[in-house]
Amino acid sequence: MPLELDISHLHYSQVNKILRDYIEKGEREFILRGVNGHRYLFAGISAEIKAQLYGTPGLDLGAFMRGPEIRVFGNVQDGAGNTMDEGKIVVHGMAGDVVGYAMRGGKIHIYGDVGYRVGIHMKAYMDKVPVIIIGGKAGDFLGEYMAGGIIILLGMHSIYPERPLAGLFLGTGMHGGTIYVRGKVKESYLGLGLKPYALDGEDEKILEKHLKEYCDDFGLDLSEILKEDFIKIIPYTHRPYGKLYAY
Amino acid sequence: MWNLTLRAKEISGCGIAGIIHKKGELIPGEMILKAICCQYERGNGLGAGFAAYGIYPDLADYYALHVMAQNRQALEKVEEFLQKNTYLNYQEPIPTKRVKTIKNPPLFKRYFVKPKLEEEEAEFCNLTAEDDRMVQLVMEINEKIEGAYVISSGKNMGVFKGVGFPDEIAEFFRIDEYKAFIWTAHNRFPTNTPGWWGGAHPFTILDWSIVHNGEISSYGTNRRYLELFGYKCTLLTDTEVVAYILDLLIRKHGLPLELACKAMAPPFWIEIDEMPEEERELYTALRILYGGAVLNGPFAILFAYNGGLVGLNDRVKLRPLVAASKGDLYFMASEEAAIRAICPDPEKIWAPKAGEPVIIEMEEGVIPNQKSYLKPRPVEVREDALRIGYIPPSLFSGK
Amino acid sequence: MGTPQFASFYPDFYIERLWEKCIKCRRCVKECSYGAHIWDEKKKTLLEDHTKCVGCHRCEAMCPTKAIIIRRHPSEFREHALWTPWFIKNIYKQADQGGVLLTSTGCALPFKNYFDHLVLDACQVTNPPIDPLREPMELRTYIGPKPEALEIEEVNGKFRLKKKLPPLIKLEVPIMFAAMSYGAISLHVHQGLARAARDLGTLYNTGEGGLHASLYEYGSNTIVQCASGRFGLHVDYLKAGVAIEIKIGQGAKPGIGGHLPGEKVTEEISKTRMIPVGSDALSPAPHHDIYSIEDLRGLIYALKEATEYKKLVFVKIAAVHNVAAIASGIVRAGADAVVIDGLKGGTGAAPTMFRDYIGIPIELAISAVDKRLREEGIRHRTSIIASGGIRSSADVVKAIALGADAVYIGTAALIAVGCTMCQRCYTGKCPWGIATNNPELIKRLPPEVAYEKIYNLVKAWAHEIKEMLGAMGINSIESLKGNRDKLRAVGLTKEEMEILEVKHAGE
Repeated sequence: MPLELDISHLHYSQVNKILRDYIEKGEREFILRGVNGHRYLFAGISAEIKAQLYGTPGLDLGAFMRGPEIRVFGNVQDGAGNTMDEGKIVVHGMAGDVVGYAMRGGKIHIYGDVGYRVGIHMKAYMDKVPVIIIGGKAGDFLGEYMAGGIIILLGMHSIYPERPLAGLFLGTGMHGGTIYVRGKVKESYLGLGLKPYALDGEDEKILEKHLKEYCDDFGLDLSEILKEDFIKIIPYTHRPYGKLYAY
Repeated sequence: MWNLTLRAKEISGCGIAGIIHKKGELIPGEMILKAICCQYERGNGLGAGFAAYGIYPDLADYYALHVMAQNRQALEKVEEFLQKNTYLNYQEPIPTKRVKTIKNPPLFKRYFVKPKLEEEEAEFCNLTAEDDRMVQLVMEINEKIEGAYVISSGKNMGVFKGVGFPDEIAEFFRIDEYKAFIWTAHNRFPTNTPGWWGGAHPFTILDWSIVHNGEISSYGTNRRYLELFGYKCTLLTDTEVVAYILDLLIRKHGLPLELACKAMAPPFWIEIDEMPEEERELYTALRILYGGAVLNGPFAILFAYNGGLVGLNDRVKLRPLVAASKGDLYFMASEEAAIRAICPDPEKIWAPKAGEPVIIEMEEGVIPNQKSYLKPRPVEVREDALRIGYIPPSLFSGK
Repeated sequence: MGTPQFASFYPDFYIERLWEKCIKCRRCVKECSYGAHIWDEKKKTLLEDHTKCVGCHRCEAMCPTKAIIIRRHPSEFREHALWTPWFIKNIYKQADQGGVLLTSTGCALPFKNYFDHLVLDACQVTNPPIDPLREPMELRTYIGPKPEALEIEEVNGKFRLKKKLPPLIKLEVPIMFAAMSYGAISLHVHQGLARAARDLGTLYNTGEGGLHASLYEYGSNTIVQCASGRFGLHVDYLKAGVAIEIKIGQGAKPGIGGHLPGEKVTEEISKTRMIPVGSDALSPAPHHDIYSIEDLRGLIYALKEATEYKKLVFVKIAAVHNVAAIASGIVRAGADAVVIDGLKGGTGAAPTMFRDYIGIPIELAISAVDKRLREEGIRHRTSIIASGGIRSSADVVKAIALGADAVYIGTAALIAVGCTMCQRCYTGKCPWGIATNNPELIKRLPPEVAYEKIYNLVKAWAHEIKEMLGAMGINSIESLKGNRDKLRAVGLTKEEMEILEVKHAGE
């Protein structure tokens, strides 16, 4: 039985304290109700736990966390998964700006749209590879400065039919990692020097693996998603700014 | 401006003496005069003074303002100011005597007053509010009324001081005609201040009076620390700084006298590190919070209030201080000889440890408006406009 | 012939070989990581490529027969007060390569150095100087926010604290080591700094390159840094030290992020930073979760939450025009210490224009920030840590008298381990083994040597500070804090003295 808590009358520092205390005691599953604007939920928590959140969590949901699996029934605000290390955030709704900033590992699955500067400065080392999957559309600067990791943009569950799939400066300055986009993006929207490529067999395997998990999370049909072709965006060099300086 | 145009900090060496009777019996003025005159060589004729407690028993509930003025007009302005801001019960010239060596002394007058309070404050009949208001009024007179200066403003006490050797100043103010349960005296050796009567010691704030020997090397830090709490150090003397630190630590922050003294002359870290845990935490905190209140450099001070006399010197003993007792009489002075001059056969005579205060309080209930500062009192909490890291509890209600 | 490279025609340095002393042992060839010394196998002789010489003096120092002298290149341009060789050569470089001028260390221009216009006081007669060799002299300093007043209670006739103090950091000497990342400097230097910090009772700062596994044991002497690149930043790292420093900016390059050139991103660095080998580790100019002061509060509390309020959070900014107002905002956002890095603050890599022209001198910034925080009644809420151009113990004393609680030193610590200020840290080829990750080069500076030199330097400075305090008649450092009576200006304008709140000498 998950432990159920109504946190509507609690301050975030109290919530995290309570969570830490319960985790310490061995509790592994939580249901948090009355979530509204609570900042830093699960920030810095290192534990294999599961939590369901009902409402709208505030800034920096799961920042620096290592391990928790958080499922949000609602939208999330800015900074979700900030510098997240391991674990998972599943959002049955939309997300704000700067999702997964400097993410080091783990997964973020968003059902709907995301804001600006999502997945910027993502990192990776060997098999520690963070993944962000966005079901809707993304704002400008998606994957800016990306040094590693995977971003998958579907553009399917958007409430903004008039907007492009991804905003301007897609992947600008990226020097590692991969961005997959379902459908097409205007080349002029890409960051300087970047080009869209067709997928190879390895890509398809990776994509399918991650999307299958995504579909399981939201009860979606994988074949529906794979109906349309994907493109991939990868860095053209590890040193996009290597020639910037005069020595 | 006549009051204060000092630009550089005053530097002076001195001699000091103090006497207290624990049961509140009155001590004649000749006694303190003898004690301070015995230390004649410690002064250079540029300042001497006396503080006397218990000299106005009939008007003990009123603040006794000793006012020094350059001329009649200045006094009139003071009177106008007092009419407006206080209830003036009684006034008279301070009796003085012509002394050949003292040229052109200022005028001296005393006023017995209670401050008028704002309605709101008056409702609570709050003594602290009355004290605070009085401090404000005194500062206002000293700052704003050209040619007038309040040299003391406590209840049932008064300060007599000026430019001259102690015997001359005593003669001028007819010190032999007063009797007090606490006396302090000062003989001054300034090196850089002009002969200004207000610059002599004791220095006072309300009924706190301070006499001081030495030069505090931490003056710049102390002054800046006090500024944080709204104290303006206008006199540029160490004594003023000591007075404000005492006022802040004891009256405002409610520290017991002993800890206030320890804040000014703290134990060394090597000593603190070896204390038992609770004590170590206390002294560590005291040093961390009150680093700005540390009096660093050579000093020996005596301070008195309605109810006690305290002697303290710096933590490496760079200035002398001797204490003695006989029956209910307690003595403190720069030199043992000063005490022997008035009490040839003390029961006990000792040299206080560096940084260890000698606190002599009178027995309970022996004088009017008696004060005791031996116990901690609640801090006068300032509204913290910042509330860093703090969310008003009203916004949420958790366990 | 291709396009001429004008810059290569005019080398900065000239390698003079004293042939009568040279034994052709080829040590110089081995020592020079820039390839300025060449062995000509055919002619069995040594050659020099002056254009490659950066003036690091490694060959000169290592030559067993002292047969090498490194000089400024004697070739001269016609004198011109405006168009000095510096500007001429810079223009050649940029015309040749079309890039941003890159350099290292701190501002190299002769802006007025205020420390050099402040003199200290000493006691004569009216109060006694104190001899620190035989009498106590205390440098202990506590960093962090303090309540304004103590609450005391009496229990069984003993006084004790009613409420304990929040966590504070104890320094036995008010000199800490500034953020220099693992990557910018070698692991050996980091190890030396960490050990020296431990033995001196002070702190070193990891910079934003993460923390090597071998350094976790120095946690209680560690400040970990959280900069915009978030390199190597995870929960264990955040919890590793006693404080977390949010780096907003640094004096050497205010307004831009860190820059670790790809040349220095080796396999080890790639692992700690989680970026590809050989890629430039560029930190964004802003933290992308801080676009405004309320966002700073957001990050401060995210870090505090993540570390359960057990760590202090410092915020480091470059001293810029509005430094006082910014510092006030930082304190109000909840920072436990404000670090101000002045114009002269150093770096491993910065665009020359940034290094030399952006920011304000630290002396003025300390005074302005201290004054502002005092005026607002929030000075006790934070500590001020000053850095940028602290070259001697006297600079430390002056910084504290101007209102700092403690200082950071960076460049001074590197010079202590042999840096000759050649200003080429960004190449990753540091022949002294300091600013490099090249496995061969870093061997030139073993951790024990780094430790010993850094420890010696700070120990010596600490003693000098004690001597100076003693001369002033002070026996604990808190009585120096903000104590302007101990400072006098020589050759400063009224305005400068007003900002510094000091009188002129003679006043």
